[in-house]
Amino acid sequence: MVAVRPAQATDLPAISALDARLTGTSKPDYWRDRLALGLHFLVAETDKGTFAGFIAGEVRAWEFGQPPAGWVFAIQIDPKLRLKGVGSALFEALVARFKAEGVTRVRTLVDRKDHLILSFFRAQGMVAGPSLQLDMELP
Amino acid sequence: MKLQTATRLGLYATLELARDPAQILSSADLAERFGVSTHHLAKVLRTLSTAGLVQAERGASGGYRFTGNRRRVTLMDIVALFESTPGRRAKEPGEETEIGSALQRVLAEIDEIAEATLRSVSLETMLKRPT
Repeated sequence: MVAVRPAQATDLPAISALDARLTGTSKPDYWRDRLALGLHFLVAETDKGTFAGFIAGEVRAWEFGQPPAGWVFAIQIDPKLRLKGVGSALFEALVARFKAEGVTRVRTLVDRKDHLILSFFRAQGMVAGPSLQLDMELP
Repeated sequence: MKLQTATRLGLYATLELARDPAQILSSADLAERFGVSTHHLAKVLRTLSTAGLVQAERGASGGYRFTGNRRRVTLMDIVALFESTPGRRAKEPGEETEIGSALQRVLAEIDEIAEATLRSVSLETMLKRPT
């Protein structure tokens, strides 16, 4: 019931609005730049053509010494359309594109207090990766 | 990570019963399957029943049946029934000292990662992809 297709410039207002609603921060310029960079940027629509969510990612190599892997940078689903397989459809479509590029791993970073998104990626089969993220506030 | 025996038995029993919500297994059935003490398991099943995760079925072929939601219940929900959660545990001697509180920050970091892991794995995820 969900169609996944590459995002176009005309999707930017919907992408930016959904992201602003879910994160509380409006950043239309960021999303416009991301789309222009030509990374994998996909949107999902219901069979009635309603915008349901988006996913963005790209293959990156040798950052932090890591061999090439597909990275999921962002995924957002309209809360009204959740639990209908939209997220899984977007994830699977992105993973298929990563595989087509020849990589065999997919990675992401999530807020460890955000159990909802953690559960989503776990349900896709993801487990803790090889890296540990470290962080420090600068004095 | 070392879990209390009751926690491990609670996870075994819940996952085994959740595998097929129609099946009814007694504590003896479950104890035999995992090679653990029936007595200990009976106590654990009563805790799971009070929490609403399983329900006791009476009769000759009586036992327990899974009554939770496989997609909603996470490993943390079961662990929390048997282990003291970090926020609620009693203060240890020495924790107020400078070294004690520095050590506490490291231990709290480990607890937070463990909790994030346990909270993000639903029974459905566990049963779909046993690791």
